[in-house]
This record gives sequence, structure tokens and C-alpha cells, in this order.
Amino acid sequence: MRKSGRGKWNKYLVAGLFMTGLAVFLGILGFFWTPYSTTAMSAAERFAGPSLLHPFGTDNFGRDILSRVMKGLGTTIVIGSLVVLFSAAAGILLGAVTGYFGGIVDEVVMRITDAVNGFPSILLGLVLISIFGNGRQNVILALGIVFVPSYVRIVRSEFIRLRDADYISRARLMGVGRARILFVHILPNIFSVFWVSVMIGFNNAILAESGMSYLGIGVQPPDASLGKMLSDAQGYLQSAPWYALAPGLTIVWVVLGFSLFSEGVRRRG
Amino acid sequence: MKKSFFRKRKLSGLLLTALLTMAVLSGCGSDGTGESSEDNSSKEPVYGGSVVVGIQQDIDSLDPHKATAAGTREILFNIFEGLVKPDKNGDLMKAIASDYTVSEDGLIYTFTLREGVKFHNGNTVTAEDVKYSLERASGLLDGTPLISSLSVLTGVEIIDEKTVQVTVGSANTELIYSFVAAIIPAGSGEEESGTPIGTGPFSFVSYTPQVGIVVKKNADYWQEGLPYLDEVNFKIVNSPDTALLELQGGTIDIYPYLTDSQAGELKDSFQILSAPSVNVQALFLNNADPVLSDVRIRQAICYALDKDLVNQFLAGGNATLISSAMLPTLQTYYVDLNETYGSGANVEKAKELMAAAGCPDGFDLEITVPSNYEYHMQTAEVVVEQLKEAGINAVINPVDWNTWLQDCYTDRKYQSTICAITSDMTPGYLMNRFQTESKKNFINFASAAYDETYQKAAAAMDPEEKAGYYKQLQQILNDEAGSAFIQVPPITIAVNPKLAGYVFYPVYVQDMSTVYFIE
Repeated sequence: MRKSGRGKWNKYLVAGLFMTGLAVFLGILGFFWTPYSTTAMSAAERFAGPSLLHPFGTDNFGRDILSRVMKGLGTTIVIGSLVVLFSAAAGILLGAVTGYFGGIVDEVVMRITDAVNGFPSILLGLVLISIFGNGRQNVILALGIVFVPSYVRIVRSEFIRLRDADYISRARLMGVGRARILFVHILPNIFSVFWVSVMIGFNNAILAESGMSYLGIGVQPPDASLGKMLSDAQGYLQSAPWYALAPGLTIVWVVLGFSLFSEGVRRRG
Repeated sequence: MKKSFFRKRKLSGLLLTALLTMAVLSGCGSDGTGESSEDNSSKEPVYGGSVVVGIQQDIDSLDPHKATAAGTREILFNIFEGLVKPDKNGDLMKAIASDYTVSEDGLIYTFTLREGVKFHNGNTVTAEDVKYSLERASGLLDGTPLISSLSVLTGVEIIDEKTVQVTVGSANTELIYSFVAAIIPAGSGEEESGTPIGTGPFSFVSYTPQVGIVVKKNADYWQEGLPYLDEVNFKIVNSPDTALLELQGGTIDIYPYLTDSQAGELKDSFQILSAPSVNVQALFLNNADPVLSDVRIRQAICYALDKDLVNQFLAGGNATLISSAMLPTLQTYYVDLNETYGSGANVEKAKELMAAAGCPDGFDLEITVPSNYEYHMQTAEVVVEQLKEAGINAVINPVDWNTWLQDCYTDRKYQSTICAITSDMTPGYLMNRFQTESKKNFINFASAAYDETYQKAAAAMDPEEKAGYYKQLQQILNDEAGSAFIQVPPITIAVNPKLAGYVFYPVYVQDMSTVYFIE
């Protein structure tokens, strides 16, 4: 994003950076320190409303919600990032090969991605989890696979656009190796388009991960996760609304912040 | 172009998320949980009316001898009756039999049939029908017992029009409870699963898979004045959240499986009734596990649990704590053993025992939990936290119900599990499963003393002697820490405030015959 002196700061970028920065900071902090233990229960402090001691209140087991949100946020961000990393890497590899060479490989890979795209993403995620088994790394793998097609398509279309460009033809004539053409000559030039899809992908990954843990898959209790907190809070919507609000608004905060950030980057670049 | 398309979709998705979250705010108002039940029972009953009862799962069979799921039997209770039937105190009342005698050696049962009991098809119940029903249920008819506890029957004879004599192979005073088995018309057999015909207070109207079952008033019912309602619709409501919405929307009148938090939300608009369930919830320990085979380790786990806290968190303090596998509602046989391990946590004692067993620094424990049961999942969360205090590093392994049945119940490949076992009215039902060789002994409990005492209990004819043996059995299970028994959770029911007369049974039934409208 800090590519050159082009563009300047805009309000999207500022707001997005602030929101995302705060979320990432709290999430990472959550791995090392939380105001209270994320699992310590207290019968006396069941359903305590938001206060100075517990800014987000406490849950049905008297656990501090802020601490659990911090821990859950960290987990969600890490899982989201790894999902994006996995699917983007696979997307670049497949998209580059299919887009540049075309032919039968292109046909086969694209039909497979069509098939994967044909399923609703959460459903496909659930199917994959039921094959791989439950657990954090399997969630990353499943969501990673679900999101690969969107990257493949974007990378492929960019490679098709660039493969016949003059500078590429000349590079070929000069005898530059294929791998070098793919990843040194073409790849850097699709970066700006690719970056936007990564940003969108990150948001999708966060929402998908929350959706999965809402359904009870992925992060398992007593570990905290935003989606699981939402589903636990469902029974107490009327009696303890803050329980659902805290994780719900946190998800909104992260996704909104990142959307603003990517919008800011787009306008700037 | 592609970029802006994605962006728009994303933003609208976000708006939706935000709106959904905001919807949460609109529902604030009532707070806390609690009980309120206005007493409607003093008001004058009104005959007629129809009621919708929410039930949790589909019916497994309409054939009363073949239905095994508790959720089915609780409904069929309204359609069918046996020679005897359970009453609200957990005793037996005479139903189709107006009287019975048992010979001194306990091998011959003689039933006298009640005058004028009619099937829903209008025919009077005869000795033929009783003979046929008992022979079908016990397997005398075709060799396969449909109700296993009746398989000890060796013969059913018609003495005269109104008298039937049953002979059994081995005496057991608890056998009389098995005669709650439904009486059906002679020769009806397989037809029962399509159009069930019984003698109960309600007769079958229709059944639609996945939707529910409708029954109507049996005008010829032998108990004067019952039932009050004209029609009852048992409607299948799969998720507790849907049930809550339906209750609030007024499309269900009675829902028997409320959670503690739901009860809190409904207390202003519904009568909330609560009573002990017939489930024994425990942290079941696989006694054959290398770590858990040491009795001191098992005892340490029992000491480390804070059952009071589990009760408060999960049941709002309404559960009954237990330390062995007997229901406190079976008063004759129950002995209170909560003293042994205490109702709170005793971390020091737990650590002492662990040190003596050679693992002073704690150990790893995997708790397998059927994840479809939110109640057990949440209990597991609390238990993990409590075991941590004693240095036991427990992790939850959530599995679906079928996996649980296979791994934990059938194959017994697990370390520990949190679930509940259901009881019927007989003390033997809960205790016989812990015999070493029992098929149902999924905790691999092995105690020669237990096996021997159980045999004595089953054979004992004197009620007091029998109760004594059952108390010994509970003591052995408790001393050996066969498992870490936790509680009998309460059952909480929402009833439309216009209704009265709902009766709790110490068995798993929904008796609609006594329910009536007050206006």
C-alpha cells in the first residue's frame, strides 16, 4: 500500500486504519494479557451488566466478556489471516498457471473451481469439516479451500490480460524462463487488483469463521470465540443483551474497519 | 468494475449484520430468572377446547410395544394403557385390571379385568385381548420379545372371561411395573403402527412425519370425568429457539423442555412449572481407562467437582445434587450420600489423593460430550474449570450424537463423558447397568461385591430387605467412585395461563387427560 507517493491520506484510510489498528492491537494483546482470566467463573458475578470493573459485562458463567472478546478477536484475526494466506497463495499459483498457459489444465481447474463455487460457502465449509474432523487447523484448511476459487478467477483474468503484452512477448523472445515470467514479470503488475480481493477476502474469512463457530464448529469451548459467544448469548437476548452485543458489535467493528481501510487504500492508489 | 460490485455487496452484508445486532437491543426489559406460577388449580374446570403441545423429536413408532424413544412413549401414554399404569406419585394404579394378586413365591400373577373398558374402536376389552397383548410384548407369540423386561414370562392363560393368569420363570417384585405394557385388540399386531388403537383417554386421529400427531377425546374413557380437552395436537418443534418463538407467538400452549434462561424470558406471559426430571447427570468415568482405573484418581475427580456451582450455573439452583445413580424421587430406595465427596469442591483432598496415586502434578483428561445437548456442553465447560483448580488438565471433545453412541456407549472407547442416563419407576433400571457383565455398563464398572448385591436385590421379596440392598449398591458405587455423579436436573415447563391441571410424573410422560381450561 505504501507503493509510491501517489495519492494522499483520506478519511476512509484514517478511519479504517484506526478501527483495524485498535482491533488488531486488542486481539494480539489478548494472547498475552487480558483484564481477567478468560475462563475463570464466578457465581456471584453472573450476568453483571457493563460497569467500570467489567466494561462489557459478564456472561452466564460470570466470566468477563471484554477478556473473552479480546481472546476471541485474536483467534479470529489469526484464523482469518491464515485462511487468506492459504487461499491467496493457492489462488496465485493456480491462477497464474491456468491464465498463462491455458489449454486443458485451464479447462480442468476452472471447471473444478466452478463446482466449488456452486456450493454455498458455509455449507461447503461444513462438509469439509465433517471430512477433516473438527479443530482449529482444519477450519483454516476448510475455509482456505472454500475461498481459493475467488482468487483463482481474479489472478487468471489478469494473467490472460498480460500474457500477450509486448513486454512479456519480448521477455519470452529473450529466453527468460517461464517461472520468472510468471512471478517476476507479470505478478507484480497485478498486485493492485489482487490487493483489493485480498482485503475483501479477509472480511469474508472473518465472517465465515464467526459463522462456523456460531454453528459450534472450529474453536471449542472453553476457548473463547466471537461466533460461539454469539450463539451462547442467544438464549439471554432479553435478560442480558450486552452478552450478545459485545461479540456482535466487535465483528461489525472489525469488518467495517477493514472495509473502510481497503476502500481508503483503493482511493489512494 | 468488478471491484465496485464486490464492494457494494460487502456493504449491504455489513448493514444486515449491523441491523441484526441492533435487533438485539429492541428486546430489553425483563431481567433475571425466576419462578412464578399462579395457582390455577382452584378454579373451576371447563370441558372442551384444544391444546397444542410442543415436542422435541419425531415419533419412532406408533406401535406401543415397538416404540423405544422416551419422546415417543411420553405421547403414547395418552393413547394406550396397560393392566396397570403409573400415577403421579410413582406408584402403580390399576387401569385395565381392576385388581391383581401375586402368588407368594412371586411366580404367578392373576389379573382381574375392569368392567366396561372399551377400545377406541368401541369393542370391550376381553381376556383374549390381554392374552394376545402380553404374549406379543413378551415374545411368546413369535419368539422375539418386544419389551425385554417381559421376556421372563413363561405363559399367559385365560381363567375365565374376566381373569388372566400370568406365570413367570423367575421372581422379581419389580416385574409388576412391566405390566404397564399397552393392551391392544387381539390380532391387531402390525396394524397398530398405522392406526393405533388403545384404551387411553385420547384416541388417535392422525400422524404426519416431521409435523406431529393429533389425538381427540375418548368419550368412553373408563375414568369418570376425564379427559377435559377435546383435542390435543403434539407438534414437533426441533430447536429450542423455534420453540421460544412459537410460545411467544401463541402457537404452542404447553412446552415441556425449557432451558433456565428461556424460563426467565417467559415468566411474565406463561405459567412456569418446575419439577425434578428422571435424568441422572454425571461425569461418567471409563473405569477401564489406564489413568482412571485407579480408584483414588476417580475419587479425586469427585472431590474436585463443585456441584453446587454447576447447579447454580445450569439450573438456577433448582437441581437435586446426587452422589450415586439413584433418583431421590424413588424415596424408598434412595440413600443420600452427598456427604462423602461434599457438594462443594475439596481441592486439597483431591490433590492428596492424586499424590497418593502417583500423579501429584495432575493428569490429562478428555471429556467427550454429545454436542447436540447444550446442557451437557455447558456443564462440561464448568467442570473443566473446576478440575483445573485441582491440577487436572481437562479438555472437551464435542461429538455428534451418533458418534457418541458408537464410541462411548457401544465401543466404550473414551476416557470420560458428560451425559445423563434416564430412569423409569423401578430402582433396578438404574442400578442393573453397573453390573460387570451388563451390556449397558458403558463405564466398565467392575465390582464383585456390587454384582453379588444386585443379584440379592433383584431376588429379594421383602420390600425392606430389597431397599436395604439397593442402598448398599448405591454405597458401593459411591465408595468406588464409579463415576462422578452430579445432579438430577429440573424439568421446566411453560403452560398457557388459561390452562390448569398439568401433572408432573416421576416418569417421562405427558399426561394430557388432567389438563383443562379455566375460562
